[in-house]
Amino acid sequence: MQNTKATVRIKSGPALTRRITLSGAAATTLAALFAPGFKAALADTAAPMADTSAYPAKAFAQKTKDDTIAALFNMTATASTDISFDAPDIAENGAVVPVSITTTLPDVTAIAVLALGNPFTLAQAYQFPAGTNPAVSSRIKLAKTTDVIALVQAGGKLYSVSKNVKVTLGGCGG
Amino acid sequence: MAGSILVRASSDGTATTVQALIHHPMDSGFVKDASGKLIPAHYIQVVEFAHAGTVVLTAFWGGAVSKDPFTKFSFKGGKSGDALSISWVDNLGNKDSTTATIS
Amino acid sequence: MKRILLAGIALCVAAPALAATLSSPAAEQKAFQSYFFNKFPAVAHDDFVNGPYAMDAGMRAQWKDILQFPPYQFSIDNGKALFTAAFPNGHSYGDCFANKGIGITQNYPMFDAKSGKIMTLELALNKCRTDNGLKPLDMEKGDIADIEAYMASTSDGKAFDVKIPNDPRALADYRAGEAYFYTRRGQLNFSCASCHVQGAGDHLRSDVLAPALGMTASFPLYRSTWGNTGTLTRRFIECNTQVRAVPAKADSDVYGDLAYFLAYMNNGLPVGGPGERP
Ligand code: HEC
Repeated sequence: MQNTKATVRIKSGPALTRRITLSGAAATTLAALFAPGFKAALADTAAPMADTSAYPAKAFAQKTKDDTIAALFNMTATASTDISFDAPDIAENGAVVPVSITTTLPDVTAIAVLALGNPFTLAQAYQFPAGTNPAVSSRIKLAKTTDVIALVQAGGKLYSVSKNVKVTLGGCGG
Repeated sequence: MAGSILVRASSDGTATTVQALIHHPMDSGFVKDASGKLIPAHYIQVVEFAHAGTVVLTAFWGGAVSKDPFTKFSFKGGKSGDALSISWVDNLGNKDSTTATIS
Repeated sequence: MKRILLAGIALCVAAPALAATLSSPAAEQKAFQSYFFNKFPAVAHDDFVNGPYAMDAGMRAQWKDILQFPPYQFSIDNGKALFTAAFPNGHSYGDCFANKGIGITQNYPMFDAKSGKIMTLELALNKCRTDNGLKPLDMEKGDIADIEAYMASTSDGKAFDVKIPNDPRALADYRAGEAYFYTRRGQLNFSCASCHVQGAGDHLRSDVLAPALGMTASFPLYRSTWGNTGTLTRRFIECNTQVRAVPAKADSDVYGDLAYFLAYMNNGLPVGGPGERP
């Protein structure tokens, strides 16, 4: 069952600090972060390291769909058929639910996943620089049967698609 | 365990596909242990993937991302032998990073 | 906490004539395998080692997704590091096993002619430690599961070849394991066979019951419910607890015998471990 052959195993490097920090950004919205100037700011030669200065903490603390979308993007979403959202109809285990999002929409800058039945609505958000294909696969927890929403920010607008995922064995709360 | 990040990155000449698995409990703060005590929240908040000094994906995660999180995405460019760096930081300030070679 | 809902499984169906009525282990093995091959004609024989994933298309799709980068990869890596590291006395695990421990998982459990007992891989690893002056490891999870994950990865796809040598004690061990498998126990009065023979393929709450054939072949397993990799012993204890029976001790003879019986039934199927389960 294992598939070890292609694994690349590397030692950890020293933790560098990213040269560009976005002070106070945690409190602001991603709409601001995803403004065009942001990407240019990151065109830095040293390998950029993760830091939490841009972490949208406020959006992650919201408990409704509307509040989350407002905190994260500061705009409203319209339903789109140009997003393909792959999640199981019935999750084999709420603790590990594979989700994949891909879209044909141009100029994608962000993709986010919301699980309405979780204690906190926002599960994850990704920032897409130009040149990165607008698709991401990951695994999330679902506390119970719920609508899961994929949001795609493209060309300055926000689009969404929703899917109900049935959970019989809960993922112990997102 | 040495290093928390496993990466597979491969180029088909035009695009590089990246798959990463990170060893992390991703405790949401809502789960109780065997003795009924809440396990405190402990999860990765930000993951940065970079190629040639440029960020190719930034992930922002909450406690609802599964334990030992998996991420798959692809970006245009990148060739066999190039370096791909991945770094993460969690809500307790722990960090790790690694540099993989694109195959 | 872990309440189980038993409605819905046809538990009162008469047990198939698998146990004790046949004369030799070899004949029993053949009948056991045919029972499952006939019950699930659509399942490829080798696929029985994938337990619930062989039974349910939706679960299978999610499993395939997860196998893109399976979470037990960390266990294999850690297990390899532990397996290859030298003990304080300069020996290492490999010295305790045939072929330095590489590609041998399919031969376990093994009858030990010296003691007359069954050596599961877990017991053999712990014996290796105590023989080298080290403390035995927890038999359910942690380092032992990781070492087994690494060892299983070196046997990937090899067919199980568990032997019952011509020794009355080996046959007695096999019979003890078989008896344990078919005996009802616990407040709920279930045998292993109630769920994994008669109930195989049925849903029990969110689970799909694994058929007994192949059910030990993918251990150790990373289970999302556990959040880490665990051994067959851990699963035995969990299944005993589910029916509110008192589990045996992790290193008991009877769990060794049970593993021996089940692995012998698997003969011919491939090593599927380490595995992944919901
Ligand atoms: C009340 C029903 C029930 C009984 C009785 C029971 N089990 Fe289980 N068993 C389960 C469930 C549920 C699972 C998890 C789903 C699955 O894989 O079958 C499981 C899983 C297993 C697995 C892992 C299978 C796999 O592929 O992941 C093994 C091995 C196992 N049981 C062995 C036993 C043994 C041995 C006994 C008797 C001591 C036993 N079980 C008794 C319900 C039961």
